[in-house]
Amino acid sequence: MAQATQDTAIRTGRVTRTLIYLVLLLFALFYMLPLYVMVVNSLKPLDEITGGGMMNLPEMWTLEPWRKAWSEAQIGVEPTGLKPYFWNSIQMVVPAVALSTVLGALNGYVLTKWRFKYDTILFGLMLFACFIPFQIVLIPMARVLGVLGLAGSVWGLVLVHLVYGIGFTTLYFRNYYAVFPTELVRAAQIDGAGFFQIFWRILLPSSGPIAVVSVIWQFTNIWNDFLFGASFAAGDGAPMTVALNNLVQSSTGVKEYNVHFAGAILAATPTLLVYIVAGRYFVRGLMAGSVKG
Amino acid sequence: MATRAEADFRTRLQNWIPKLVLSPSLAMMLVFVYGFIAFTVYLSFTDSRMLPSYGWVGWENYSKLWRLSHWEISLTNMAIFAGLYIVICTAIGLMLAIFLDQKIRGEGFLRPLYLYPMALSFIVTGTAWKWFLDPGIGLENVMHTWGWESFSFDWIKNRDFAIYTVILAAVWQTSGFVMAMFLAGLRGIDNEILKAAQMDGASNWNLYRRIIIPQLRPAFLSAFVILAHLAIKTFDLVIALTGGGPGRATELPATFMYSYTFTRNQMGIGAASAVIMLITIAAIMIPYLYAELREKK
Repeated sequence: MAQATQDTAIRTGRVTRTLIYLVLLLFALFYMLPLYVMVVNSLKPLDEITGGGMMNLPEMWTLEPWRKAWSEAQIGVEPTGLKPYFWNSIQMVVPAVALSTVLGALNGYVLTKWRFKYDTILFGLMLFACFIPFQIVLIPMARVLGVLGLAGSVWGLVLVHLVYGIGFTTLYFRNYYAVFPTELVRAAQIDGAGFFQIFWRILLPSSGPIAVVSVIWQFTNIWNDFLFGASFAAGDGAPMTVALNNLVQSSTGVKEYNVHFAGAILAATPTLLVYIVAGRYFVRGLMAGSVKG
Repeated sequence: MATRAEADFRTRLQNWIPKLVLSPSLAMMLVFVYGFIAFTVYLSFTDSRMLPSYGWVGWENYSKLWRLSHWEISLTNMAIFAGLYIVICTAIGLMLAIFLDQKIRGEGFLRPLYLYPMALSFIVTGTAWKWFLDPGIGLENVMHTWGWESFSFDWIKNRDFAIYTVILAAVWQTSGFVMAMFLAGLRGIDNEILKAAQMDGASNWNLYRRIIIPQLRPAFLSAFVILAHLAIKTFDLVIALTGGGPGRATELPATFMYSYTFTRNQMGIGAASAVIMLITIAAIMIPYLYAELREKK
């Protein structure tokens, strides 16, 4: 990954620069537009939206849509609001992220410091698994979750996200440990340190940055997943994205756009917070997932 | 003697530990990825309907699939969607990266603004655009209340144009990411060559066309692979934005597979469509991953 921060040597004239700034600002508006629409409309009464005021600031500011989206709105058949589904997502994300990151770290350590025959082929198989269209595993996965008694439950989703997340976490740690000096590992081995001791004392202390990348990537992906949630956990065990979609698509009663927008922001808040707090690592994760090495 | 045997055992254990540690992940991968792929491929040759069933029907599901107008629509939509999505994202990403690279004041402020959509769920993106583009309450209605009575923008409800609203929302979500990939590439380019070419009197246009953009080849390749694979997997965005409609106007292979498998009880055909999706992605990803892994050796 090119991390150099040198500026280009290209020089531009005043007119060109003005145009460049103009285009950049226009695109900034384009990217901000949906967020603006969501925020302002989640804070106004419904009639201000239906009356044609979608782009206006609220005339009457209200938090009522937020309260409704969180604890009252009709999701499926129950008027529970999004709250229970938000907790479903938390319960799904925390173990899935933790387990996949730990396994990814160990795998990366083995694949770089304890190399064996055909390890690259195995890694290639794991890597390809990151990119398969998940439609290809939906049917057998539904069967297996049913047999294991995990269908419709948060634990079923934990298993699914663990299985399909390991490829990426292994990729991160493998690329990171690949440049870690192997001599240190060999020296420790000669001193009699074992497999786990070396990992614990030598590699782990310097793994902070890549662990952050892995956690953020997994968190964002798993939180935002819809396909697995919709396929395996519709109903009470549904994650936030599925519940939000149910809320927005429900065809009964008046469409409460302001509540939909508030719900959408609620679903977006955790990943947005992560992005705001640790955006640098988020971008590194994205890049490592595409431009390897 | 005893100590030697113990030492032997210890070294042998040490040799086995790495493989033992790796084995749960490998086992999971072999079963849940490759085993499941094999199972789905097998199902695509069976008469499975609501539940998996094991009556062998040969290529029947595939020949049925290719005769379905629903599948044909999905593929046509995929061609339009993937083509425009990849081209537009790449164009916008490259342009923004080049512009941001001109010692722009506020770059540190603009970059995160361009990239944040990538952190959102497609369901959130779909919800926001769905209502913004809705003629009844969104842009069209706003323009009417602002006095532009004849303004009309009903693409999301229009069979011929709905697919373009999916492209719009998808471009909004990922073009910032493509920008970041190109920007990283631009920042890695050696300024000395540029300075030398400038001395020779090369114009900025020529510098970009002849020196800089050719050097971004790896970034172009990565962007293409990532975008193509995202396009083929697009599912949630369509569900949230249009639900595949109006009619079937925005159905894609991923939504086709889902509805045939889970709501229309045609699991055999659903499995066949999933196999075709996998083959398409494999045709793009395998050469790319192969090249990446070989390079690193």
